[in-house]
Amino acid sequence: MPKAGPGGDGIMKFWKVGLGNCLKKECKEAIMLCRLSGVILGITIIVFCLPAYGEEISREQIKGLDEQVQEIKTDVLAIATELNQLEEKLLYPSNTQIALFIGLADGETFRLDSVEIELDGKTVAHHIYTFKELEALQKGGVQRIYSGNVMAGAHDLQVNVMGKSAGGTDFQNTERFKVNKDVGPKIVDISLAARGINLKDM
Amino acid sequence: MYSLFVLLTILIFSASPATAGSYGTDELKDLYYGEALYHAFQGDWFDAIARLDTELAQHHGLDEPERDTLYYHIGQAEFAVGDFELAYRMHQRAGRAIGAVIEGNVEEEVRNEAIYRLASIYFQKNQPLNAQYAIERIEGTVPPAIRNDLEFLRAQILMTNGHYDEAVGILQDLQDVKSLEGFTTYNLGIAFIREGKELVGREWLDRTGLIVSKDQLTLAVKDKSNLVLGMKLLEENKFENAKQVLDRVRLSGPFSNRALLGSGWADASQGHFERAIVPWSILAQREVTDASVQEALLAAPYAFGKMAMHSRAAVMYNSALENFGIELDKLDDSIRSIREGYFLKALIREELKQDANWVVKLRELPQTPETYYLLELMAGHDFQESLKNYLDLEQLRRNLETWEADLDAFEEIIARRRIYYQPLLPVIDKKFRELDSQMRLRLEQRDRIAQRMKNMLVVPRPDYLATSEERLFSEQIRFLEQRVSGGESVIPVNIAYRIKRLQGVLSWNIHTEYDLRFTETYRHLQDLDQEVELLKKQYTAFVRTRQAATQSYEGYDNTIRLQRYRIRDAQGKVKKLMARQGHMLETMAINELSRRRDRLAEFQIKARFAMADSYDRATRTPARERETQ
Repeated sequence: MPKAGPGGDGIMKFWKVGLGNCLKKECKEAIMLCRLSGVILGITIIVFCLPAYGEEISREQIKGLDEQVQEIKTDVLAIATELNQLEEKLLYPSNTQIALFIGLADGETFRLDSVEIELDGKTVAHHIYTFKELEALQKGGVQRIYSGNVMAGAHDLQVNVMGKSAGGTDFQNTERFKVNKDVGPKIVDISLAARGINLKDM
Repeated sequence: MYSLFVLLTILIFSASPATAGSYGTDELKDLYYGEALYHAFQGDWFDAIARLDTELAQHHGLDEPERDTLYYHIGQAEFAVGDFELAYRMHQRAGRAIGAVIEGNVEEEVRNEAIYRLASIYFQKNQPLNAQYAIERIEGTVPPAIRNDLEFLRAQILMTNGHYDEAVGILQDLQDVKSLEGFTTYNLGIAFIREGKELVGREWLDRTGLIVSKDQLTLAVKDKSNLVLGMKLLEENKFENAKQVLDRVRLSGPFSNRALLGSGWADASQGHFERAIVPWSILAQREVTDASVQEALLAAPYAFGKMAMHSRAAVMYNSALENFGIELDKLDDSIRSIREGYFLKALIREELKQDANWVVKLRELPQTPETYYLLELMAGHDFQESLKNYLDLEQLRRNLETWEADLDAFEEIIARRRIYYQPLLPVIDKKFRELDSQMRLRLEQRDRIAQRMKNMLVVPRPDYLATSEERLFSEQIRFLEQRVSGGESVIPVNIAYRIKRLQGVLSWNIHTEYDLRFTETYRHLQDLDQEVELLKKQYTAFVRTRQAATQSYEGYDNTIRLQRYRIRDAQGKVKKLMARQGHMLETMAINELSRRRDRLAEFQIKARFAMADSYDRATRTPARERETQ
């Protein structure tokens, strides 16, 4: 296995190499070098004889703790799943539930800066996108921008998008839609593109 | 070191964050699945798994899962959850999840990709034999996106299991793959060396060290290759060759400090101290917490001393002593600060999470001496894993804290709903029952009419379609007939005639207009059906709303109580684990810092001695010094 390099013990090794070469060359330095070698030897002995620093941590300890961390992650994820279901049932019952999702149309490269959503004339969501979020949308992820409750029937939805086109010019696009809420949960897919906004009821 | 490099390679090539292609986002049918991907693509693994687990639990709980939108993505979703768990370092669960995909009824490509991930898990967890058994199960079509990475992993597994000759064959086939540039040739070098073909191996390392590329990963492996080869040559006292190879390492890369130090020693070992000064002087200007830099602080004056520039050497030794003194104080502060618990507090500072380069930033945090030497600590795999676990536990702690508060809010919502609905519902129910009975009656009537019309298609009954007016007339005529014939007297002819005529007119109208009336009645029935449909919708909406009203506050007590219990239980476990993990991190950090401290103390003694000696020589040989200067 190749070694990394001088690393921790490097100086000892190379110091000795250096000293060894020098010893051959200059007699005048002999006394100094002997002293140095003596110090080095002394330090080497000290280093090798040093007791372990406090408590040492074994691989088994690390592995054991890692397994316990994995178990608690499983437990907490199970709680998260149940809470998600409880939250949906309690806060967004299916007869009034509406969920709005934002996605980017295939192959869109425009820079999305922000999205503002108005439902029945009220602003219900306003989101400014980070680079990571934009990248996630470009890869095909979908953002749930709003979850809420509305009565059955028709509702006005206004989507306002701000961003920069691939050419670098700023643009703002606002479009209005009608959304019909039935007895079941309402899921609305809002697909953004530089040339317009598409809405798909699901 | 090689293992660490292998691990880094795996992390780069195997467990890289989710990519769009793997999860079938081309035509997204289930937006909640898309939401899980949205979290995953940002590296928010906890949220991604929680979302996907929720969706999968709901999907599997359905009577007809094929009607659920997740049905279209179920294969990818099952696979993705395992992949996310792997990224969240839940190897045990990821292994089980991916194993389930492999055993399940999935397409060949999905199955093969799952086996590839499973083999990666085994390899990462240092189980190369299991990794090999897993990867040998791959057969048939492999997704093009992972084809090269799979072969590269196969080669690495073979190398770890000692099958270097087979690994060489695979790596040679991969050497032209652009995405693996540098990695294949470097591994070829290592494989040949391990196989005993030292010279061939070195040729491959040399070839890797000469790659021209702009890719940062390739450049890093190029540097690594040069460093490995250079150090080998240095160990064998081939100083000139070592110098040439080490000088190829970039001055700004992660391996530059060690390369500069080695380059200096290659020169010094040949007696070229004036040349050794160049790399060591560069190094001496760098971040002083780095071990190579600290060594250079001592090596540079040593070279000056060898060139008989003793006064300069003495000054530099003095400067090194000052630096060592400062660093020793810093290390003492760091150790003390860690013991006082500040290290763990610094690790979870929020502002650091905003910066991808947060580990480096840690060193720059004001008033946090405990983090100065963290960068070096981070090189250790065990420390990295422990640190990630600690940060994950902190995230879990925060989540649990938030959820506990959420449960309080839920209980308040439920209480308010109960206060609002409970007095209203009995009144609403009473009214509803009245309307419900009326509605049932009308619906029965409608059904009777519909049935009668159906029968009339077979047996026409014009009398059924007589108007109410006509029925009245008919009754009146019958009444008149009875009155007139009430006694035993004979009905006058003209009256009987007139009655017959009226009956005839009525019958004429009813019979001649029958078809028209039937059609009209049918239209009316259709109109009625539309109204009935509307009524049924309203009825269903009311029933749902009524149910929702009750469900909005009934039946949550046990669930919330159970969740609260589970959250508190988990909080206790997280707290205990955080304490243990934190203690482990502190111990690792203190051990490492103590080692660094002892090493520095050793340097300090050496520097002090060498400085005294240099002063001594400087005063004894002033003429020679002047001459050299």
